[in-house]
Amino acid sequence: MSSTARDSRYSPTELLASVAAGFLEDGRSVFVGTGLPLIAAMLAQRTHAPGLLIVFEAGAFGPQLRQLPISVGDSRTLHRAVAASSMHDVMSLSQAGYVDYGFLGAAQMDSRGNINTTVIGDHALPKVRLPGSGGANDVASFAHRTLIIMRQSERSFVGKLDFLTTPGHLDGPDGRRQAGLPAGDGPFRVVTQLAVYDFEPTSKRLRLFSLHPGVDVASVQKNSGFSILVPDHLPVSPAPTDAQLRLLREVIDPAGIVIGK
Amino acid sequence: MKVLQEGGGKLLGWRDPDEQRAWVHENKTRELVDKRCTVAEAVSRFVKDGDYLASGGFGHVRVGMAVLYEIIRQRRRHLKLAGKTAVHDADLLMASGCVDEVEAAYTFGHELRGLSPGSRRMVQTGRVKVVAEISNAGYQWRFLAGMMGLPFIPARNLLGTDTLRHSSAKVIEDPFSGKPICLLPAAYPDAAFIHVQRADKFGNCQIDGSVVEDLELSRCARRLIITAEKIVDEEVIRAQPDRTAIPYVVVDAVCEVPFGSHPCQMPLDYFYDEEHIAEWLSLSRSDQGVAEYLDKYVFSTPDFGAYLAKVGGDAQLEKLRRIERYEEPMVAPWRNAER
Repeated sequence: MSSTARDSRYSPTELLASVAAGFLEDGRSVFVGTGLPLIAAMLAQRTHAPGLLIVFEAGAFGPQLRQLPISVGDSRTLHRAVAASSMHDVMSLSQAGYVDYGFLGAAQMDSRGNINTTVIGDHALPKVRLPGSGGANDVASFAHRTLIIMRQSERSFVGKLDFLTTPGHLDGPDGRRQAGLPAGDGPFRVVTQLAVYDFEPTSKRLRLFSLHPGVDVASVQKNSGFSILVPDHLPVSPAPTDAQLRLLREVIDPAGIVIGK
Repeated sequence: MKVLQEGGGKLLGWRDPDEQRAWVHENKTRELVDKRCTVAEAVSRFVKDGDYLASGGFGHVRVGMAVLYEIIRQRRRHLKLAGKTAVHDADLLMASGCVDEVEAAYTFGHELRGLSPGSRRMVQTGRVKVVAEISNAGYQWRFLAGMMGLPFIPARNLLGTDTLRHSSAKVIEDPFSGKPICLLPAAYPDAAFIHVQRADKFGNCQIDGSVVEDLELSRCARRLIITAEKIVDEEVIRAQPDRTAIPYVVVDAVCEVPFGSHPCQMPLDYFYDEEHIAEWLSLSRSDQGVAEYLDKYVFSTPDFGAYLAKVGGDAQLEKLRRIERYEEPMVAPWRNAER
């Protein structure tokens, strides 16, 4: 990221969280995974989207989060929730169409938004064993739209995944339908420390949507193992406001667990 | 019916539903009998070498740690583990050498704490085999099919992915919609252990907070050990029957274990002991460290009470209660640890 002349008011992770939060709309539902998605959803709920319906896989439904949960199944996810039910309940509601956005992190992603969180290297004797799907495969299968938040590099934006854990657009525009996945848009936006991406509608390939302040197209391409489509019009992503930074540092993650990394 | 695709993963814990019905008919009593016993007796009777085992709760939330330590203490071997949402529970069981095979949904991570060094090392050195992949919903629906006495249940996840190719699921053409649909095989664990807030001596259980997938797991497991923060009078259960998450007929043993989820969280009661978990995450970076941890906290403590005294006793446990009530800030000592 040597070409990134960023604003010293905030860290790349804080920018990632604030930009991602901007995609969560008030009055919509979001199924939230652990880590950065959690921080972004909490920030959205405390700013422009107080009516954001947050869903966690262990059964928390509609909480008004007070403190960062360590686990998507711990009691912090239940704070002022409307229901504490079960995985079967929230996963069934998702499969039946009640979840607008699935919000996931990723270790590796390919140009069609497919995700690997299972292994680096060979499955039988992996170089690095990662946790596996967790709820990610379910969330990306069931939500109407998927938001992906991750740190981008040549090693994480890959031409070919070591393992396709979680469906994006699979092998192209008709991939999800052919596989039998529930009807929906699939991956919708990808947010990294450098830029925001969407998917070009006819090919469903990753396309730049906005560049973060101080980032150029060359550094985006350099930090990717595949070539990224570039549109004619390319806006700059909004920098975090002082109010957002204060919330992230003092209220949402005072111990610096996610944003301090 | 046309089978479109078959996952190549190993099918763990599946039984013909009629075989399971016959086993239930023969082995599970409908009588109200007092099932209280010690944790050591429960593990000795109901967890065998080679069993297909599942832990309740959510990996590091509401986990039956007394049973888990006792499985390690009694040196059970060759277990096949349901890596449902498996976090601290699976990490300890794998690192301690009890497990040969695991079916992984979420299995080698500690969520915000990072990855699990102990269990990852066991897989990366070939000592534990991941014999199948699945997702969290996929696993709990395997339990749902088992609970319902069905051979499988249809679902719309896993489709199109390597997770399916490495699973024990199959894809067929749905005879109603004509679309491809995933069939998840039923799972019947040989043994499961679940920690709850309250149970009576017969095994009727109340759970505060989310039940996660324990409704399903409790009903599909062949043998079920319940540990409870408190054993309550039968009248507590009968006064609020709508609060019963697990009915006595599926339960085989009931053990009273206060603070029985430590160092994991007990929702609405006590918080994670992050300092203890950090000690584990640090020591489990090597085989010697794992041995040191187990010697200190498992093999040299005769039971869970002795363990609680060793991890700080009443003062530490009261502190965890205050953190859970937001009266003290949480700590994250593992935050900058290099793993």
